[in-house]
Amino acid sequence: MKKLIAAMALSAFAFTPGIGAAQAADYPDRPISVMVSYGAGGATDFQARIVTMMAANEKLLGQPMVIINKPGAGGRVGWNWFASEAETDGYTLSAYNVPHFIAQSIKGGVKYSADSFEPIANWGSDPAVVIVPKDSPYNTIGELLDYAKANPGKVTMSGAGLFVGHHIAALQIQKAIGAKLAYIPTKGGGAAAMKAVIAGDVIAGVNNLSDAFRAREAGNVKILAVADLERNEKFLPNVPTLKEAGYDVDNSSVNFRGIMAKKGTPPEIIEMLAAKVPEMFANGRVTKQMNAGGSPIKIMNRAEVQKMWSDRQAFLQELLKDLK
Amino acid sequence: MEFLNHLGGVFEPVAFLLLLGGTIGGLILGATPGLSPTMAVALLIPFTFQLEATQGLILLGAAYTSTVAGGAVSAILLKIPGAPANIATALDGHEMAKNGQGAKALHISFLSSGIGGVIGVLLLIFLTPVLAQWALAFGPSHLFWMAILGVTVIGSLDSKSFVKGLLSGCLGLWLSMIGYDDIQGAQRFIFADALTGGINIISALIGIFAIPQVIEMFAKGRIASSISSLEVEKQSIWASVRETLGYKRALSIGTVCGSVIGLIPGVGGQIAGLLAYDQARKFSPEREKFGSGYAEGVVAAESANNAMVGPSLVPLLTLSIPGSPTAAVLLGGLLIHGIFPGSDLFDNHPKVAWTFINSMLVGQILMVIFGIWIAGYAAKVAKIPNPIMAAAVLVLALFGSYSIQQSMGDVYIMLGLGLGMFFLEKFGFSAAPLVLGLILGPIAEANFIQGSMIATAGDGTLSYFFGGVLNLFLIALVIASIAYSFWASIVLAKKTAPKPEVTK
Repeated sequence: MKKLIAAMALSAFAFTPGIGAAQAADYPDRPISVMVSYGAGGATDFQARIVTMMAANEKLLGQPMVIINKPGAGGRVGWNWFASEAETDGYTLSAYNVPHFIAQSIKGGVKYSADSFEPIANWGSDPAVVIVPKDSPYNTIGELLDYAKANPGKVTMSGAGLFVGHHIAALQIQKAIGAKLAYIPTKGGGAAAMKAVIAGDVIAGVNNLSDAFRAREAGNVKILAVADLERNEKFLPNVPTLKEAGYDVDNSSVNFRGIMAKKGTPPEIIEMLAAKVPEMFANGRVTKQMNAGGSPIKIMNRAEVQKMWSDRQAFLQELLKDLK
Repeated sequence: MEFLNHLGGVFEPVAFLLLLGGTIGGLILGATPGLSPTMAVALLIPFTFQLEATQGLILLGAAYTSTVAGGAVSAILLKIPGAPANIATALDGHEMAKNGQGAKALHISFLSSGIGGVIGVLLLIFLTPVLAQWALAFGPSHLFWMAILGVTVIGSLDSKSFVKGLLSGCLGLWLSMIGYDDIQGAQRFIFADALTGGINIISALIGIFAIPQVIEMFAKGRIASSISSLEVEKQSIWASVRETLGYKRALSIGTVCGSVIGLIPGVGGQIAGLLAYDQARKFSPEREKFGSGYAEGVVAAESANNAMVGPSLVPLLTLSIPGSPTAAVLLGGLLIHGIFPGSDLFDNHPKVAWTFINSMLVGQILMVIFGIWIAGYAAKVAKIPNPIMAAAVLVLALFGSYSIQQSMGDVYIMLGLGLGMFFLEKFGFSAAPLVLGLILGPIAEANFIQGSMIATAGDGTLSYFFGGVLNLFLIALVIASIAYSFWASIVLAKKTAPKPEVTK
């Protein structure tokens, strides 16, 4: 009996590669889960739900994508789970946030690095912006940062947490002006950081372009600068980049969002996804809803994302080296 | 009175059907252990993609309203609070159900939810601009003192002994520290992967409240007395209405606590129910009846947690800041239709804004009607023999804790905490203070650290935490609350001195 079971187990093993290949050929034949490492209602979750809504279309993947939230510890919980426990059969994918997960892996204490994952495609980029309350005495980025230079450590600046885009932007500004800022991470993410600015708990803040744009429309904040290489022509044509204002801050803090697979996923499946997923992001209905919500779209293919990841990896290693 | 102009919008055929569907669906989702209001609303978001903006928001608003109240069903009948808002409901509500008064408990809970809820939405309609300023007035130092105020309640909450109450509270505070600290980046007590994100409050609630009673039911074994079950008393609706309206003190305390606390971003509904319950007990002449199945406790808790629904949306609708996770999901529901909360919403899309608010108003009333209708049937749960009941609760507990984020880690945490709580209860410790510690710990801690970081950059810690009218007012409340607890424990100690506590 034992022998029989052993034989069956062995033969099952022997057939596995064959089954794998067959699976890749008619992939996907059931719904695909996409893990989002932030809570329901957050910007990443919200955008992930929009960009995956056309997946079931016959011309795209032909199967729906289902969002699973695994929030906690600034994304570490979800990505740890994805790197260590998720299957590599292509039916479990994950959303990524760069620079967040790369910065976290450099700081250590997590089970992943950029090498644990295979990028599929990028759907959006949300630059960080510098904001002040509407009744703040500072009207330009120059005025604010001159004050910060003259009073090191006195300018409080709220942001969504540690080693997220907002924090990276604050670190870069600090380096550019050669003086310390009091960066205040919040527990409730970008919304709590925004509340701190509007209520005047802090002098300034770093926040997402999309959220800051809404807050400005509601008449609550002034947006002083964008931490990106170019101005955002669509939403904020009049707001200068930090670079234009004379500060050496590039687009390293821009929050890139996209979809990735776990390393070890069959290459045929990755290729197939890399071809279809950008097409899904570019779908007219997706872009319409993304624009309606004020979420900046930036579609990048697998090769472009691979380059972006390795650039960030190198840059962040340098930036975070001096820290602590 | 602009809201009246748009009241008709709620009664358009499609809108009203959605409102009905949202209310009934919300009650069911809310009554399912593990599905918090936030999760329930998030599940509905994809449906709103296909709907018009107003219709989508009606669905979400109705679901939000009724999931909060639906959580009371499982809290009362199964002692599994659906969300932190329903913890205080379980304290007296489940005792009532055990005494065969489940139908009455449900009636009273839905009626007081409805009353609190309607008042909360009316506040949202009439006082939004004033309330918005009030919501912003709470900075880190004030939130810290609010949390400390909550901590002072711990000692007196649902515990025979003041010291044991405090000890369970401390245990809760310690549990809340587990996980990755978002502000300073420290890793604390993470011995297993499942703990990286800390202890999920919903799975903790399920474990701490449900598991000890499951063990208790199984431990009784197959003796005749455990198989026989209660008769469920019939309860006429009018008697319930009269009784609920009779608890004016509890209703007003609950509504005030709920709407004031609901307004503050970040603290929100989690503690409104517990604070209202505690205050209602302190002011009640029959305070010793609380915890033994006394309807006034249910009234205070439920009126508070639904009163909070309306005001909790003020920061979202006026300032575009989601003050609670549920509000964040609702924000998503607005954004996909290209509507930005804030002045844009009220100036350019008044129909959307007011129909949404009206739908919550009408939703509250529908929720009461359907709630009472199902109460009679639902209360029959108490007739189920113990062994079957225990198995059913266990299944629901496992399912509920797994479904939060499809993680077995949460299930193990739930079971571990439940087992621990079973033994703690044997030594006279109780669950409510522990859970309150678990909820308040992160609020107190995060705001203290943030406050001191801001203070160090500014005028110094002392003036930041002790300066200003609001700080001093909250500190005065803290002192008053501690003084009361001491006084009460001394008075009670004298009263109960002759009969020593039975602990094994």
